[in-house]
Amino acid sequence: MKTYEQINDRIESGKAVVLTADEVMDYVDKKGLQAAAKEVDVVTTATFGPMCSSGCFLNFGHSKPKIRMSEAWVADVLVYTGIAAVDVYLGCTQLRHGDPANMYPPGEFRYGGGHVIEDLVAGKTLQLFALSYGTDCYPLREIRTYFSIQDLNQAIMVNPRNCYQNYNVAINRSDRTIYTYMGKLEPHQKNGNYCSAGQLSPLLNDPFYETIGVGTRVWLAGAHGHVYAEGTQHAGGGARTPDGVPMGGAGTLALTGDMKQMKKEFVRGVSFIGYGVSLALGIGIPIPILNEEVLRRTCVRDRDILAPVVDYGVDYPQNTGNVIGHVSYEQLRTGQIQVDGKTIEVGSLSSYPKALEVANLLADEIRRGDFRLAAPIAPLRKDAKMKPLVKRGKNR
Amino acid sequence: MNDDSVTKKLMFYFPKCVCDKPIIYHLVKDYHLIVNIYRAKVTPEEEGYLVLDVTGTEEAIQRAIDFVKTFDVTVNYSGKGVVRDEERCSHCGYCVPYCPPGALKIEDRATRKVAYNESECIECLACIRICPFGACTSAF
Ligand code: SF4
Ligand code: SF4
Repeated sequence: MKTYEQINDRIESGKAVVLTADEVMDYVDKKGLQAAAKEVDVVTTATFGPMCSSGCFLNFGHSKPKIRMSEAWVADVLVYTGIAAVDVYLGCTQLRHGDPANMYPPGEFRYGGGHVIEDLVAGKTLQLFALSYGTDCYPLREIRTYFSIQDLNQAIMVNPRNCYQNYNVAINRSDRTIYTYMGKLEPHQKNGNYCSAGQLSPLLNDPFYETIGVGTRVWLAGAHGHVYAEGTQHAGGGARTPDGVPMGGAGTLALTGDMKQMKKEFVRGVSFIGYGVSLALGIGIPIPILNEEVLRRTCVRDRDILAPVVDYGVDYPQNTGNVIGHVSYEQLRTGQIQVDGKTIEVGSLSSYPKALEVANLLADEIRRGDFRLAAPIAPLRKDAKMKPLVKRGKNR
Repeated sequence: MNDDSVTKKLMFYFPKCVCDKPIIYHLVKDYHLIVNIYRAKVTPEEEGYLVLDVTGTEEAIQRAIDFVKTFDVTVNYSGKGVVRDEERCSHCGYCVPYCPPGALKIEDRATRKVAYNESECIECLACIRICPFGACTSAF
């Protein structure tokens, strides 16, 4: 048994033993659980992939004279201004003004909110254009200027939903090609896509949220951020394997971090043909090895994790809840899965090599004593279920 | 075809003035090359690009290239019509099933990195359309 304090003391003194979730499995097999639990202080987990519920608050400071922005665009991408005068929220799936979207399908969606966030982190100079109705205290009615992230008072990433615990494998059983946030899917289940770091993914290494909770310090694209709430659509109460590994989406995390500390290699705008834009992020979360049980759970392997196969031709868009079956990440990693006796080629939207890079960078920071762990101040719910949106109306 | 024949992937760039010359005809007729054209394009500025495989003896290919160069045509030996930006590629692997010849593939199961072998690329442009990171682009 170890406490957060003891682990942080070891980190401080540069003596902490840190392994990645990729390394820990073989280590425990070799050393035995009991001995390894005494020795290992921290296991680092990570993921790198598109996470659509991401965005940031920006504060521009005041111009002379002052403006209360009522509509604003950064690099021609609309930002939300329904907060204080020069605060805005920039969402990663917002399209650039004038983007034809899917008018001529499938649209290309070359640039949007995710790309703006990438450009900000990369230090590029971007245009701000804002309008206002003008008030006695904020008389300016229009401003067009150029800025980079250094000019901002704050650029704080606030992501309502990141790090899905597990995720669907998308296939298409309809008879036409479809374009989804899970990529291009050929008809008659010709191909499939999945999106998870599997055995390296944070919440799959802590399936019951024993160490990851509100307040946990995380590595958010290089910044030291934290979990500020359970993520939207957090639903830890779904089906699990006998080992406790969720067999569907399950838990999610709401994360925040200072964009001025982020590294551009881990903040990437992405475009999905026929669907839209998003942001790919690299996230690392350390798991303190408090006891043998926590360590045992970090030893989860791709073969123990099952992902639901879902038809995005009908079942996903129509919200039928139908799941065709489950396949393991070990199978997915071979590039082929079997569904109803048919072989389907599969690709990944989440990058394992990048996730591994994050897990190693975080491990190095902890070893150097540069990253201390924070104990959660509130746990994530284990029994939460996902509620649907019910259409109600006066007319039957 | 004789035994010492080899196949080379080439990219030709034709400036405006030579777009109308029947160069490929001469490659076949005078140099006895087997030509497999992957992709050809004439831009609105009337410049031409051509990516092709040529099969023949080393010597015949060299002579043919010398002939082509007499027309002010730029020859790119690596045939890089489709380039991948190593810095932008996240190695997610999403493009792998969409690449018909397997030019993009996961070579090492341990690192899971996606290798791009441009000599196998048939320039179908599928990866350019679907790569979410915009890592793949066409030289023309
Ligand atoms: S889809 Fe793009 S980013 Fe992903 S491996 Fe292929 S080229 Fe790289
Ligand atoms: S252009 Fe086509 S053949 Fe070439 S790498 Fe891309 S997908 Fe593969």
